[in-house]
Amino acid sequence: MTTLLTTALTASVPPPLGSPAKLRVEGVRAWFGNLEVLHGIDMPIADRSVTAIIGPSGCGKSTLIRSLNRMHELTDGARIEGRITLDGVDIYEKDVDPVLLRRRVGMVFQKPNPFPSMSVRDNVLSGLRLTGTLKSVRPDEVVERALRDAALWEEVKDRLDAPGIGLSGGQQQRLCIARSLAVSPEVLLMDEPCSALDPIATSRIEDLIHSLKETYTIAIVTHNMQQAARVSDYTTFLLGGELVEFSETNRLFTSPRDTRTEDYITGKFG
Amino acid sequence: MRKPSKRRPRSTAGLGDSTRGAHGANGEHEQRRWAHQAGALKGKTKRHRLADHAFYALSFVAVLVPLLLLFVLLIGVLDNGSERLSLRFITGLPSRKPALAGILPSLVGSFYLMLLTAAIALPLGVGAAIHLEEYGKRSRSARFIELNIANLAGVPSIVYGLLGLDLFVRTLQLGRSLIAGACTLALLVLPMIVIVSREALRTVPQHLREASYALGATRWETVRQVVLPMAYPGILTGAILALSRAIGETAPLVVVGALAYITFVPDGLDAPFTALPIQIYNWVSRPQRGFVLNAAAAIVVLLFTMLVLNGGAIYLRHRLQKKTAA
Repeated sequence: MTTLLTTALTASVPPPLGSPAKLRVEGVRAWFGNLEVLHGIDMPIADRSVTAIIGPSGCGKSTLIRSLNRMHELTDGARIEGRITLDGVDIYEKDVDPVLLRRRVGMVFQKPNPFPSMSVRDNVLSGLRLTGTLKSVRPDEVVERALRDAALWEEVKDRLDAPGIGLSGGQQQRLCIARSLAVSPEVLLMDEPCSALDPIATSRIEDLIHSLKETYTIAIVTHNMQQAARVSDYTTFLLGGELVEFSETNRLFTSPRDTRTEDYITGKFG
Repeated sequence: MRKPSKRRPRSTAGLGDSTRGAHGANGEHEQRRWAHQAGALKGKTKRHRLADHAFYALSFVAVLVPLLLLFVLLIGVLDNGSERLSLRFITGLPSRKPALAGILPSLVGSFYLMLLTAAIALPLGVGAAIHLEEYGKRSRSARFIELNIANLAGVPSIVYGLLGLDLFVRTLQLGRSLIAGACTLALLVLPMIVIVSREALRTVPQHLREASYALGATRWETVRQVVLPMAYPGILTGAILALSRAIGETAPLVVVGALAYITFVPDGLDAPFTALPIQIYNWVSRPQRGFVLNAAAAIVVLLFTMLVLNGGAIYLRHRLQKKTAA
């Protein structure tokens, strides 16, 4: 744990980490029923940077990212052990309200899932409306800012009242990102956000991730290693529910310490 | 990063090679094989076509029989009832003389019954469905309740009538009133409304619920603003179909004590009442031919009401589905 973190902290690549980890995963084990899918994961997620989680299908990377905002426990029969701290506070402590946690830790899903009955504008505001905080803001400003931050404003500013599902797949995904940003989270979790998108839409989202990390702490699950290499500062390699290697992205891809990591990134399996 | 590119091209090349091989050296053989198979397919098609035709005919008959029966019924009823159908028949009060009798009290009674039944059964039924589907999923008690609701939907309506008589008319001392009848009908349609509402809630994709939770919404906020709006078309259609069954019910109302002969429109929840099916039942059992004609005319009115209701249900579903189309 400490050695891993030291490696990360002494790295010469951005961000210049004097800042502590925003999220810290400590000894996390997770189950679906009797099936243990995470066997004790330890890793930090550095503030205002991008941490990628890679690994073959079924290695537990989605479970790991879903445990960071307590979405894992919404599945029937799912449970979890261990500590995950957000700014030093264990999010699994009894008096932590997962609802409040999720307002600070937003999530973007694999399949773009704008609310089908809502317009572009209402989709952006949906988080505020759902949580009853819409009255305390100026909706037009929120909509514009969120859409600009999600690099979607120019494309949709003339059709804010059109249905959100009328947009293209890539636009829908950026709309979902805008929707998450509108509630001003601190952390953004992305669970394979580009896997349903074409290469052009994918590169737009990747550019977006780059600009978002100035403000937000980002964790991204991806099965695309090139993507992890392009967008992330740190990379975690999971295999069979265990953390094989956590390191700064450059190092993990150029000189992996574990042979399994090397085998995976060179395409020998997975 | 460099290494993946080392392996990929090789495997692609391998794939290309094997495809070329199949077309090249074995091309002729392949062709013969396909020709042979085409012959085999032809033989099968004939036999399958016969079975296909047979099944088509069978299913056509299955559609035709009920349609024909319904048609015969409609013709008979229209033939008998048409001479009585008039505005005066609809707005008139019952009378001992068949030619003068109208159905206003029973028509209005049916209308009130339906409104009250909906007002009672909808919140209860949809609420129960939300609880079972969104809150109590997979728990043993939820499954037990589910089984019981399915059973309740199959209980004969006369049993509900007896329950209504004992519970609402006697125990709660509502008397033989409109509200007692509505409560009884509400009990009758409740299981159906719960079942269709659950089905409708189940069609809302899980990923939309997750999107809502991820935005920091509570379960209730999610249900109210994401799940229910999408489930409305299904719930509404099911509810209207259930209610149209309720207005056709006779047995439970007979037991609860709808009156056959009242000469006034019910003016309150505790007023005595009658309903269209009761009126029809009453007229049909009279010996005079005039009353039988009246019954036929009343049946036409009842069928028309149901048609309007069901048509409305289809229209509503269509419109709402367009609005929330995924």
